[in-house]
Amino acid sequence: MSAIAPMVPDARGRYGRYGGRYVPETLMAPLEELERAYAAARADSSFQAELDSLLHNFAGRPTPLQFAERLSAYLGGPRIYIKREDLLHTGAHKINNALGQGLLVTRMGKKRIIAETGAGQHGVATATVAAKFGLTCTVYMGTEDMERQRLNVFRMRLLGAEVVGVDSGSRTLKDAINEAMRDWVTNVESSHYLLGSVLGAHPYPQIVRDFQKVIGEEARAQIAQAEGRLPDTLIACVGGGSNAIGLFHAFLPDASVRMIGVEAGGRGTTLGEHAARLAAASGFSGARPGVLQGTYTYVLQNFDGQIATTHSVSAGLDYPGVGPEHAWLAEQGRAEYCAVSDAEAVEAARTLARLEGIIPALESAHALAEVIRRAPRMKKDELVILNLSGRGDKDMDILSRYV
Amino acid sequence: MSENFATWQSALAVQPAGRIARRFRALAEAGEMGLVAYITAGDPSLAATEKIVLAAAEAGADVIELGVPFSDPVADGPTIQRASDRALRSGTTLAGVIELVRRIRANSEVPLVLFSYFNPILQMGLEKFAAAAAAAGADGVLATDLTLEEAVEYRAALQAHGLDTIFLAAPTSTDARLAQIGAASSGFLYVISRAGVTGEREALPADLPALIRRARKFTSLPIAVGFGISLPTHVTVLGGIADAAVVGSALMAEVEKAASTDEAAAAVAERIRVLKSAARTGVSRRSSEAS
Repeated sequence: MSAIAPMVPDARGRYGRYGGRYVPETLMAPLEELERAYAAARADSSFQAELDSLLHNFAGRPTPLQFAERLSAYLGGPRIYIKREDLLHTGAHKINNALGQGLLVTRMGKKRIIAETGAGQHGVATATVAAKFGLTCTVYMGTEDMERQRLNVFRMRLLGAEVVGVDSGSRTLKDAINEAMRDWVTNVESSHYLLGSVLGAHPYPQIVRDFQKVIGEEARAQIAQAEGRLPDTLIACVGGGSNAIGLFHAFLPDASVRMIGVEAGGRGTTLGEHAARLAAASGFSGARPGVLQGTYTYVLQNFDGQIATTHSVSAGLDYPGVGPEHAWLAEQGRAEYCAVSDAEAVEAARTLARLEGIIPALESAHALAEVIRRAPRMKKDELVILNLSGRGDKDMDILSRYV
Repeated sequence: MSENFATWQSALAVQPAGRIARRFRALAEAGEMGLVAYITAGDPSLAATEKIVLAAAEAGADVIELGVPFSDPVADGPTIQRASDRALRSGTTLAGVIELVRRIRANSEVPLVLFSYFNPILQMGLEKFAAAAAAAGADGVLATDLTLEEAVEYRAALQAHGLDTIFLAAPTSTDARLAQIGAASSGFLYVISRAGVTGEREALPADLPALIRRARKFTSLPIAVGFGISLPTHVTVLGGIADAAVVGSALMAEVEKAASTDEAAAAVAERIRVLKSAARTGVSRRSSEAS
């Protein structure tokens, strides 16, 4: 495993051969405008200061890095630390990016934001930021996801956002992104598309990563404080991959730190039954490089290049593409990717609830399930950081059916 | 000497004018505006599309855009989304659409453009796609979600097989981009009438003539205008400022309504006759105004 300097993307938005910008011509001008606005904001120390203040006072950063004492003892393996993004305002790491882009939107002078949401956590974070900054907000959500994450639909509406159900395709996250892109291409002058993961056309994967990398920066300082050394392993779930990139990024130059991304194994390895794009080694079929929704990356698709439907118990991981930087980290061998089934994730959520008094989001429960699976093979003095990207309040309906 | 050699070589590399260029030249000589008809291939079946396309050509369509259905058509409005769904459900693939081109070409000299999202082309392989499309008798390709920046290898592959590369110009395109888009395009330039997705609208935007004039500064190619064109009045408005009008969703709405393939072909042909008639008078108005 080799260390990689975090110098990507290049000027064309490429992470190795992945990434880029594949959009209808109409969207090129707003993407270039966004790129310029973001470069200006990054160079402006007052922008970062304002964002830091919001992250601290409004969102609740820094989040704790908690030693999971009973879980570690129960598994009898490594020392497990949990990065508590679930404690953030609105209940997940999504608020980090929503605040960053929201602040950017106010600088760009746009008054309306559009977002897609899968599990509803990004939608809730965006609706929250819209309310705080006085912006109009429309959130697109697949009707299948609206049904299984009802509570979050209600939260978004309470916050003043318009939630539009999307009934095409598999009626999940991918279809919500299509509809958000159609709204954006129609309303480019007035609206900003507040994309919620490290997906889409350049500069989105970079912007979202930059707003999420605070997770790893904090964790790096916190583990040094607690243990006096770097962790051995980082584990995070990967849908689009924003919480995972957020944790991994600060550790990329540290060659000794192993990084594991956990995808949704769903209920089987055949195409349509899972959302494992990079875990092909585990026998999941249908993923190869292709273009989906603005970016070149690993995509679940059929022989003819039609995008496949996916399945996961967790709406936030139920997506056929993966962030291009993950595709690159996988190709470099810098990060490894595996998948966990619906049943394993639900069981992991139960375990954490009973042992640590924390009910994780089903997305985060996938990462936890992989910790549980690996723990018996790990040494007692190994240090693991698990990114608990969100809390499970939204998943009570689904959990009550399984538990 | 090497400079002369390079000039001579690039002159040789210029492709002979294809069907698209020849059709636009004939239109210009006749003083007619062209009509480009977009048809989603495979809706409701490839056999039906073959009949519909031949009827459209017979009715006066100057160029046919064969839409390759895609699972995630982000640039399309509801009508073409539904057409794409039906086409995919009938088992349509890019290879199947190329085979359809071959069958149409056996019966018609109408210029044919493959209108696709990029991923199906990429998965077939650029070289394999270009070779197969050219051999079947296609004349050009337009990839909706492929911008110039990502199109270097694609353009090389298509050009090597004598296929026109048609790119989109949008109201949001800067002058710098219009210049690049014009330079990279061949056959014609496709100007999107408004920011948005495909679909029928009441009226064309007021700033459309200004957009076409701006595009004109950067290319000598014929300009076709699409998105939101369904009525003869739309076509009439374009008379004298555009070289062709593109109609798509209005045709696919007819296909959707029709009870049989024959009915669909007849309804599409009727739509095209009406629009083409407006296209003819539209340009004669320009000639009379100019004189």
